[in-house]
Formats: sequence, structure tokens, C-alpha cells
Amino acid sequence: MTRLHPVMKEYRWQLHLYLSAVIYPADVSERQMTNYLDFEKPLAEIEGKAEELRAVARENQEMDLEAEAAALDEKAGALLVDLYKDLTPWRKCQVARHPDRPHCKDYIEAIFTEYTPLAGDRNFADDHAVMGGLARFDDQAVVVIGHEKGNDTQSRLTHNFGMARPEGYRKAIRLMEMADQFRLPIITLVDTPGAYPGKGAEERGQSEAIARSTEKCLQVKVPLVSVVIGEGGSGGAVAFATANRLAMLEHSIYSVISPEGCATILWKDAERMREAAEALRLTAQDLHQLEVCDKIIPEPTGGAHRHRSDAMENVRVAVRDMLKDLSDLSPKELLKERRSKFLAMGSKGLAA
Amino acid sequence: MNWISNYVRPRINSIFSRREIPENLWHKCDACGTMLFHRELTDNMNVCTNCGHHMGISPRERFHALFDGGIFSEVEVPAPLADPLHFRDQKRYPDRMRAAQKATGEKEAMLVVEGEIGRTPVVAVGQDFRFIGGSMGMYVGNAMIAAAERAVSLGRPMVLFSATGGARMQEGILSLMQMPRTTVAVQMLKEARLPYIVVLTNPTSGGVTASYAMLGDVHIAEPNALICFAGPSVIEQTIREKLPEGFQRAEYLLEHGMVDRVTPRTEQRDELIKIIRMMMKMPRAIKADLPAPGPDTAGEPLQVAPPEPAQDQSDPK
Ligand SMILES: [Zn+2]
Repeated sequence: MTRLHPVMKEYRWQLHLYLSAVIYPADVSERQMTNYLDFEKPLAEIEGKAEELRAVARENQEMDLEAEAAALDEKAGALLVDLYKDLTPWRKCQVARHPDRPHCKDYIEAIFTEYTPLAGDRNFADDHAVMGGLARFDDQAVVVIGHEKGNDTQSRLTHNFGMARPEGYRKAIRLMEMADQFRLPIITLVDTPGAYPGKGAEERGQSEAIARSTEKCLQVKVPLVSVVIGEGGSGGAVAFATANRLAMLEHSIYSVISPEGCATILWKDAERMREAAEALRLTAQDLHQLEVCDKIIPEPTGGAHRHRSDAMENVRVAVRDMLKDLSDLSPKELLKERRSKFLAMGSKGLAA
Repeated sequence: MNWISNYVRPRINSIFSRREIPENLWHKCDACGTMLFHRELTDNMNVCTNCGHHMGISPRERFHALFDGGIFSEVEVPAPLADPLHFRDQKRYPDRMRAAQKATGEKEAMLVVEGEIGRTPVVAVGQDFRFIGGSMGMYVGNAMIAAAERAVSLGRPMVLFSATGGARMQEGILSLMQMPRTTVAVQMLKEARLPYIVVLTNPTSGGVTASYAMLGDVHIAEPNALICFAGPSVIEQTIREKLPEGFQRAEYLLEHGMVDRVTPRTEQRDELIKIIRMMMKMPRAIKADLPAPGPDTAGEPLQVAPPEPAQDQSDPK
């Protein structure tokens, strides 16, 4: 980039926009046992103490420490409620990226039946960052598509941390076309840091693939409902989330750029991500006010990662309700409704 | 030089030089370092006459050179909510906006116009990289929608000149939502069977490339333009290796099948006329057919007011 125009130099960081979404908390993945987030440290201490007391009691039968341990449990429970009742936007980002949070694969196993993965873009490859195929939801045949991040080092590499390459979007396009052809509703589960910033991905038309996937979302004449289950990272998320109805889990996020990326560009300091997360208004609650998100799905106290099956059940109910909402619309109306929704979007700002 | 220069350029030159530019200004080419006389550079649409390097050009300057007689009229774009998120980084967003408006003399990062090129009626959209990096916020989305609606109501093709760093962070999620919104705009054109030609200029990146800039019927790129989703330095940081020479440049994209043509700026007008007229099943352009600029209009401002902007916008169908 030796020939940058002076104006361009000033904005060259803009070019990093989508990519900086890939900054991934790698350290989190290496921890063992309960994965406590940094703001959960006081909780970790109390729970740790209760655990210690019980261990001591097990080794010394004559000591009765259960009352003390129970008191600590109670204290921990209250603290958990307190910590999660009003999470800051940055803490929500941390929760949304929590390694123990249920991922696409978990949802597919828990709330769908007869899942039959269908692979490949019929062109170049099968992208493991994107799962998709036929399945039954409440016994009804559907097409389900989602980003999978993986849950240990090996599977994270396999799934490329949920960062799709062009083939992932093209597989999704193919599946959406099939759903349209056979009049099957489409359910997408969004959980991605963003599209993968790689050499091959660019050469094979990352931008075009994302653009076509968004376009396909706006073309299908079947119900399309989407749930942000963790991280909705920029264009990679839009490509799946351009739906009739978009729901977000209570502590999920959906953003034009990662807070770290935004901080790097606007504050020239990635460490200012807390302020950036604040400014970006990326929480489910803010997006609901902005009418980008149609429905907030409650998470169990302490986040989806603490009570995974409860969280997944809440998602099941929300998807069922959203599909029911759309069941009376004709194919034409479904298409029109979706487009009108996006055309009207942006007429509502946030209170100061 | 092409045929149009004989007819139209003298008039544009005179107006440009009178209005804005001191006669004695010199400009150094960013690429080869040659000192270029300002008028020489303007005459050549900010393309270096020595090495062919394409420098930035504002939509207004570009349209002056593109449209017959330099005449075009602006299509009104509905104003979006200002600062919907009350965004503040080290500066307040409204302050950034004011600074950009002052620096460019433009309202926002996109200019929508209609007019004729080689007597071929079109709606044209130009993105202004000088305006907060040509970033895509709600105004840009509204501009694409207004342009598509106007094109559909007039039955005209639409030409986009993209130049952008991507999304406008200060509008957060609403910026991101312009990806689907602008896609709906493109769908309006496609459903009306109207050609949508994208001219990708330096740079075009991020969410814009991943939406309306990659959905054209024909993609023309300016030589050496950087066209990408993720920028080269970010990719280098991610994969930790040096990228090949010319990576993500227009010629590289041509090789990889992402654009149809790489065409120098000064040849784009003829090419657009030719392509659009074929796609619109119009007879071939007759070059001599172009009216010479009349002496009566020579000293007037080049823009004319839009005919009935408010009505046109409220009732697109
Ligand atoms: Zn030069």
C-alpha cells in the first residue's frame, strides 16, 4: 500500500472493519473446569471456597461444614443474579463468546430430529464452519443452517472458529434454494466472529458469496427465521440473518464490527473495547429497541452456558412461535414482508 | 483523448478553473511523482497523463465528465435519522459529519443523479471516498433505494461508482442493515429487468463489496483499484504471510473471475454507453449525434434542479 491517497491513509483502518471481528479470546479456550469470565472472579472465589469446605468435610467425617457451605452457595447464587442482571455491553460480548455456551451443533441435537447434514457448495469444497441440512422441527420438515465454532482445540480448527469461507455461504445458498423449491421453512442459527479473512477466501470471492447469500435470503418464498445464539459478527452474520423474524438470546450480540476492531480503528487502541462495545449498541436489548431484533429469548440466570438445556428449550419455543407467526402468510407475502421489514428499518433511533 | 473531449471538455474546464482552481496549481502524481498541471489532470479525470495512475475523483467531478454537456440533475435522497445511536468515540459523530460536510461541500457519502450519457438516459450513483471514507450508513442505503426506485419509475438503467472503506461504525447495526437494504434496491432493478452496472473504483471494501457492489449485471473495475472484503494488511496479520504482488487489485480480480472488465476511467464513458445500449436493446450510439454545448448555457452552473423531487420519491411505482 505505497500509493495510498492521503485521505485513504486516514481511513485505511476502515479496510480492517470486517476482519478485526476475528480477534478471539484464545486464552479462554485453554482453561479447565468451570470457565469463569474475568468479571465472575468474585463468584469463582465464593464457589471455590464452598467447594473447598465440602472437600474438607469429605475427608474429616467428624466436621460438619455443610451449613457453612450452603451459606456460601446462597451467597454465590445471589451474586450470580446480581452480576447478570445488568451486564455491561462488553460483558455481554464475553458471555456471547463463552466457550461453554451451546453452539449450533448442540441446538441441532437438542431441538431438531432426523438432522441430515448436506455437504458442499457443488463447486469447490465443503465448509465446516457452516452446518446445514434437512431436519425436523416439531415434526415439520425444515432446512436448518448455522455457524459452528467448535468446542475444543481440534474442533475449533475443524470449524475454523465459526468463520465461514465463500464455500460456506455458497452451501447455505444451495440449501436455501432447495428449501424454496420444496417449500420448507428455513431456520438459521447465527454464531460467528465474522467471515474468514484469508487469502483463498478473498480469491474465491468472499464478498460476492456473502452478497449472494444475503440476496438469497431476500428471494426465498418460504418462512425464514433466524436466531443469534452467540456472536453475530458483521457480514458473515447478515448473510444468514436476513430473515422474516430475528430473535436474539438475551446475552447475544450482533454488530457491524467487533468491539476490539472498532476500538482499534476509532480509539487507535484495541484495549478500549469496553468503550467501543458501549458505543456500538450491540446488545439484544438495544437491537430490539432499534427494531432490528424482533424478539429477545431469555437466558437462564448466569447465562446459557450455565444451564444449557434450559437455554436451548427457550430457543425452541421462540422458533416455534416465530414460525407460527408466519404460518398464515402466502409465499408472496412472506417475500414482501421480509423486504418491507428491511426497507423500513432504521426509522427508529435510541433514546439519548 | 476521446471524441467527447472536443465537445464538452473546454466548457467544463473553463467552469472548473474559474470556479475553484487557481490557474497555477500543480499536482504531484502519487505513483510516479510527475508534476502535473492541474488543468491537465482535471481534463484527464484525475488520471496521471504520464503513468496512468488513477487518483481519487469526487462523484460530482466524475459526473461532470460523464454526462452529456456535463448536465445532470440530483435525485433527492430521504434524510435518515441523524446519529441514531448517539455515537461518540474520541469525537462525537455529529462533529465528524459536520467536518466531512465542510471538507467536501457534500451532504453525505453518496450522490444520486440522473441524466444522459451519449443520449442514453441513466440514473447514476457515485460514492464519495472523501466523506468519512465513503462509508455506508443509512444515508447510503437510502440513496441506493432512492436511485433504484427512480430508475424503475423512469425505466432507466443504473450505474454505480463505488468507493468506500466499508460500513460506517458510528451507525452500528443500522450500518450493517444497509447490506440487506441495498440488496433489496438491486432486486428492484433486476425485477424491472433494468441493467445495473457497477464500476468499482479504488478502494471498494468491506460490507459494500459484500452487498450492492458485487451484485451488478456487469462489473467494471478501474485499473489497480483495491477491491476486497477484508483489507490486505488484516489478511497478512491473520495468515502471517506476505501477500502476492497485486493481490486484491482490479487485475487480480479479473484473473479470479470477480469482475468482467478492467477499464481506464477515461474510456469508461464510451464503454458504458456501448454496454448499456446493448442491454437496453437500443440502437448503437452515433457519436456525431451528440449536441455541442450551446453558448447560451456556457457560463451557468452545471447542475440543474431536479424536476419534482418530492413527488418522485414518495410514489415510486
Ligand atoms: Zn503518474
